[in-house]
Amino acid sequence: MIEIQSVTKMFAADAAVKEVSLTIERGQIAVVVGTSGSGKTTLLRMINRLIEPTSGAIRIAGRDNRSLPPHELRRGIGYAIQGHGLFPHRTVAENIATVPRLLGWDKLKISRRTDELLALFHLDPATFRDRMPHQLSGGQQQRIGVARALAAGPAVLLMDEPFGALDPIIRAKAQDDLLEIQRRLGTTVVLVTHDMEEAIHLGDKIAVMDQGALLQYDEPQEIIANPATSFVETLLGSSDRAFRLLSLENIEALAESGEAEGPTIAAETSRRDALGELLWSGRAAAPVSKREGIIGRVTRQALIEKAARP
Amino acid sequence: MSAIGSPAKTLPRRVDKLGALVASIALGGLYLQPFALLRANRIVAPHPQALWNSLPTFEATAVAVALTLAIFALLFCARIPVRLGIAVGAALLLGIEAGRAGAHLLPAANTFARVSPGAGFWLLLCAFLIALADGLVRLGLSPYARLGALAVSCAAIGLFLAFGVWNDLSMLREYHNQAETFWREFRTHVALAGGSLAAAAAVGIPLGIVCYRVERIRPSLLNTLNVIQTVPSIALFGLLMAPLAWIAASVPGARALGVAGIGSAPAFIALFAYALLPIVANTAAGLEGIPAQARDAALGVGMTSPQRLLQVELPLAFPVILTGIRIVLVQNIGLVVIAALIGGGGLGVFIFQGISQTAPDLVLLGTLPVVAMAFTAAILLDALVDIVSGRFRGKA
Repeated sequence: MIEIQSVTKMFAADAAVKEVSLTIERGQIAVVVGTSGSGKTTLLRMINRLIEPTSGAIRIAGRDNRSLPPHELRRGIGYAIQGHGLFPHRTVAENIATVPRLLGWDKLKISRRTDELLALFHLDPATFRDRMPHQLSGGQQQRIGVARALAAGPAVLLMDEPFGALDPIIRAKAQDDLLEIQRRLGTTVVLVTHDMEEAIHLGDKIAVMDQGALLQYDEPQEIIANPATSFVETLLGSSDRAFRLLSLENIEALAESGEAEGPTIAAETSRRDALGELLWSGRAAAPVSKREGIIGRVTRQALIEKAARP
Repeated sequence: MSAIGSPAKTLPRRVDKLGALVASIALGGLYLQPFALLRANRIVAPHPQALWNSLPTFEATAVAVALTLAIFALLFCARIPVRLGIAVGAALLLGIEAGRAGAHLLPAANTFARVSPGAGFWLLLCAFLIALADGLVRLGLSPYARLGALAVSCAAIGLFLAFGVWNDLSMLREYHNQAETFWREFRTHVALAGGSLAAAAAVGIPLGIVCYRVERIRPSLLNTLNVIQTVPSIALFGLLMAPLAWIAASVPGARALGVAGIGSAPAFIALFAYALLPIVANTAAGLEGIPAQARDAALGVGMTSPQRLLQVELPLAFPVILTGIRIVLVQNIGLVVIAALIGGGGLGVFIFQGISQTAPDLVLLGTLPVVAMAFTAAILLDALVDIVSGRFRGKA
């Protein structure tokens, strides 16, 4: 659990972060979203003390983050940044082993852990262990960056625009991988992005910031349904919000008994994508498949009803 | 000319500008300039000898034909490996024939007469070496291959010397007259150039780190070092004489350490002072040039300040620091020559002796090894820079 208590950061006379308070529950993903200059990165960097707050306090698992020297605090917190930040002079394995080496793990344990993480990120250890970062694709570099952040098994992972440098297709895959790994490891994640779509896709909770102030901190549904200010509404894009709402859940719960023509739609498909498919193919309903079998059908009508403001 | 770095194995089928220049230099050297110079003794004015007078008639004709063919082949042949082969062959032939000209021209049992290569020889050698260097560059050799080429060249020159091919030439006569002195001055030269470099690196790299970490002192420190660079070397030697002489006279034990107004102490200090700027500036620039994300990541993973410096910042800045060391080494090898003027020793001793005795071959005995050393150091360190930076930038 991370408790941020009325934290303020002044740079000269300007407040980059103003009196921000929020609590991130253990094992949740909190996404801080805002435009550039909103103070979101400053807020993130105060958690691992890359920036020291002017006033206020931050507690991680009940302990003030100033109770340890900064470098020791940071070794216990994963940190992944945009453009991966890998050390270009070190191999993939050496990069991943950075924090375990700083913590003085023994060699065997480090190499086992490195291989385990590579496998977790769907990279064959034998192939990738000894590569240099410049020999990897952008998506692979990004995965190694996150693997390095998770190497010592931190309870908290901080991510600063981790997918910002990826193209849309690889980004979607990286987001899904992150969700899967976060669920498996139970890590508490604080992620900063300027992309509301990403925030809605990833966040258990979303914090919207503007000009250093926290405007709203809530679950995605609430943010979409009841934006606190006109700025939050603008960020959501008023024409898109119905679709954003649909994108939060999949169609499994909407499957009803009945017949439908045409190709099936998988039960894990988001409601937004399913509606898009129905509109595009001109069908009123489509069969829903789960694993091998058909579990029913989903109708255009049911999807449209779910898009209305809750 | 084809772009350097994208190794095309053949050139476009037309006469290129460099080829035309090289060919005109070589043809001029072959037909218009003396191949060898004959002197009655080591300091009188030389009698220029054309190629056909420098060698037995048949041999001279064969050499002239072979070199003319080589020149035209270089002009028209587009295949780089062939061009390289021709350039190497021609350079070797020139080397051998220079030695043979010495044996042919020297009157029997005359130990005073001297033969040295003439302008024609030097122009031809220059032309073929340009062709050779051009071919090597166009091949886009890897750093290891360049080191290999350097080793082969050194071995070839070593073999020429070991087999005494040039023993009848005046420069080698000068060498044999004072071989012991030559090697002593050679060692002094290397020690002055290398020692001042090592001292400058030991002081300059930490200063560069301070420059990078403490922004306030950077301008004043770099400007001070800049001012030192602008002082001409002779003037700097002169400026150091008085204070060092005073130290030698008044500080007990200083003289025992070799401190004196003239000699190697002021030379060492001046070289050290000149070496500081490139090393400090390159260390600071290399550290500044580290990707911001790598620096941020090093902080974020919880490295302490010394860990960041040793594990991330210095390794990433190393290629740039090494470039600074390369600049200093090549610069030092040349500058040590001046040190001979103030009694610092080194190969400059032969150059200044040669000038005062009007013995050009003694000047060459000092000059050629200096040029060879500077050239070797440049190739060696360039290759090293490419190797270390290629490791993490994917260029090796």
